[in-house]
Amino acid sequence: MTTQHTMNWQAIDADPRFQALHRKKTLFLWGLMIFSVIYYFLLPVGAAYFPEIFKIRVWGPVNIGILFALSEFIVAWFIAVLYSRRANAVFDSMAQEIINDAHNIGA
Amino acid sequence: MHTTHRTKSWLAMPLLTMLSPAVWAGEGAVADEFKLLTVAVFGAIIALTIAITYWAAKKTNTTAEFYAAGRSISGAQNGWAIAGDYLSAASFLGIAGLISLYGYDGFMYSVGFLVAYITVLLVIAEPCRNIGKYTLGDILAFRNDPKKTKTIAAISTITVSIFYLTAQMVGGGVLIKTLIGIDYEVSVIGVGILMLAYVVFGGMVATTWVQIVKAILLVVASLVLVVLVWAPYGFSLPGFLDSVVHNDGVQKQVAKLLGNSATGMTPEELGQRFLEPGLFLKNPIDQISLGMALVLGTAGLPHILMRFFTVPNAQEARKSVIWAMAIIGGFYVITLFLGLGAATHVGPANIIALDKGGNMAAPILAQYLGGGAHSILGNFFLAFVAAVAFATIVAVVAGLVLASASAMAHDIYVGVIRGNHATQEEQVRAARISSVIVGIAAIVIGIMAKGQNVAHLVGMAFAVAASSNLPAVFLTLYWKRCNTGGVILGMLTGATAAIALVMVSPNMTYPKEVVKAANKVLQGEPAADAKPAVAAKPGEGIVCELFAVCAKAEAAKPATPSSPAKPGALEKLTTLNAQLPTLTDADAIAKVNKEIGKLSKDIAKAQDDLKQYAGKTTSIMGLEKPFFLLKNPGLISIPLGFLMVMLGSLLYRDPRAEAMWEELYVRQNTGIHAA
Repeated sequence: MTTQHTMNWQAIDADPRFQALHRKKTLFLWGLMIFSVIYYFLLPVGAAYFPEIFKIRVWGPVNIGILFALSEFIVAWFIAVLYSRRANAVFDSMAQEIINDAHNIGA
Repeated sequence: MHTTHRTKSWLAMPLLTMLSPAVWAGEGAVADEFKLLTVAVFGAIIALTIAITYWAAKKTNTTAEFYAAGRSISGAQNGWAIAGDYLSAASFLGIAGLISLYGYDGFMYSVGFLVAYITVLLVIAEPCRNIGKYTLGDILAFRNDPKKTKTIAAISTITVSIFYLTAQMVGGGVLIKTLIGIDYEVSVIGVGILMLAYVVFGGMVATTWVQIVKAILLVVASLVLVVLVWAPYGFSLPGFLDSVVHNDGVQKQVAKLLGNSATGMTPEELGQRFLEPGLFLKNPIDQISLGMALVLGTAGLPHILMRFFTVPNAQEARKSVIWAMAIIGGFYVITLFLGLGAATHVGPANIIALDKGGNMAAPILAQYLGGGAHSILGNFFLAFVAAVAFATIVAVVAGLVLASASAMAHDIYVGVIRGNHATQEEQVRAARISSVIVGIAAIVIGIMAKGQNVAHLVGMAFAVAASSNLPAVFLTLYWKRCNTGGVILGMLTGATAAIALVMVSPNMTYPKEVVKAANKVLQGEPAADAKPAVAAKPGEGIVCELFAVCAKAEAAKPATPSSPAKPGALEKLTTLNAQLPTLTDADAIAKVNKEIGKLSKDIAKAQDDLKQYAGKTTSIMGLEKPFFLLKNPGLISIPLGFLMVMLGSLLYRDPRAEAMWEELYVRQNTGIHAA
């Protein structure tokens, strides 16, 4: 914490490694976020405007609506796992490299 | 240490209050002979949480320990604690109840609560952990004017928490009364004192561990019930749903919900209809609005944000959301089985008889699965679920009080009044005093709000969080131009709009409607002529779907045959009373007596309503009918909040916010210098 004032934040921000992390993260996060929002709102919109599709029975009394609602859970978990794998494998190590070198950047 | 010594006598109080026989005044779902068993189960769970608090009190000395459990909670532990915070009585009893009464729509309702965590995971948890310290105010003050933003963040935190808290207190009081018959006031005071003990003595350490224990109990209890419900069908989904479709009680409930349009449907069609959308959620625009408030509001709830400061770093914050999503999602999937199980085994009619909102579905299902109302195991199950529900309310309220107290003590007292110059001891003392103030306020509000319509308050808390906190946090974190002016304008307009719209929405009580419904119960309905089918009418535009200023679109109505007059409850009661002396069969007499009891209850309720609203024609806002037509204001207030943060930022010059941008952006992404 004693080094708090020696960091050159502008220089770190401008560093190509940080810019690369920023680009990768932004693209990945927004992609996932937009996909998940669209997928989620398909459920209330589908139930309200396309009930006939939701009512189609596919497995005994199990209809498309029930399967679609269950798929919302699977998709949410899938996104969580996808993000955390990516963050653990890629973002963390990219950030660590910047952290290790932070004192020297722009000094 | 005198703190821990004092803990003992303090903590014994609520326990004694709960055990005293004098408070078992009313009658709940538990029969008298099993009340001792219920007391024992409650006592055991309360004792467990008190032991946790006693242990935690020894580890709560510094500010970081009080507010953030010394940042010593692991990702998995925090995930359980978040689940504990989130699975409030409203969600675990409420959603099981909705599913038991309305089938598919209840399940659909639960999806948004899980999806909300994707926002938390992707854009909020890690950056907030990296740049924040204890509160929402800390995050906003990083680059904006600290005193101004901490003030407004504290106001917003306390507002959101008080809404949420009032709903929990009132809901909890009613629930405990229905379950085991403890007086409303006594259970509100019991919840308040117990919660204060956790927070004041054990701070975040105790609150976290109580949440974890409670979440585990809740999940274990639900798993046991699901196995009991599902095992007879060999854990087959179609097999289980088949039993729902062919259930007589379910078919009757659907026929009741559909009214005239159920004519001509076969029993099987009626049963299948329970698994299709549209029995509860009728207005798609309202659903989208609610969805927005859930998906964006969760990430702005102060007591959820605060949880991310209890873990050592951003990686653990990430892990905690993953754990929370697994637990919360798994729990809601399980709820589908609990709700449908309650519908088939207990029956919607019996569930409604105990509680109109269906909140008793899960507890009564537990009683049934254990062997019924007269078995020891059944009552043990019921007592266990009730005790977990009680622990849930106490734990959720504790988290909310801690969030409000930290806003008062850390943001306002230390940050604004003392200019960040306060010793550890002074800060912890301020935090404890603030907790007591908020806790007492919670008890007083809980008692004052008895019998009030508070169902809209949770939705309002989510809507304010989504329209005020989230835009401010989000744009502070991700938009270079964002500054103090935007944060203040956006938070004020977002919150005001959300609250104002709810005040004129259908959530409020409109006396004319109540009086009309009460008269219908008492007098019945006159005979109606057959009506031809009516074609759908298009509305006059999107504005008309939101505000009562022009004609709304109307759905097509099928033709209805003429119906005979329906007798009111008063007339039915007279008929039954006349019938009673003529009956000789004991079973028939019992049945009629039960019916009479139910009718008398309905009549008393309707007469109460008529008395309460006699001479009144308008809601507390002076409206005869809602002006805003949605139950949730998110659709309007959330975009407004974002827009106003942007507008305020563009109109205001704030050199500090600009100069700090690179530091904030680098630190939120890397965690350099994280607290």
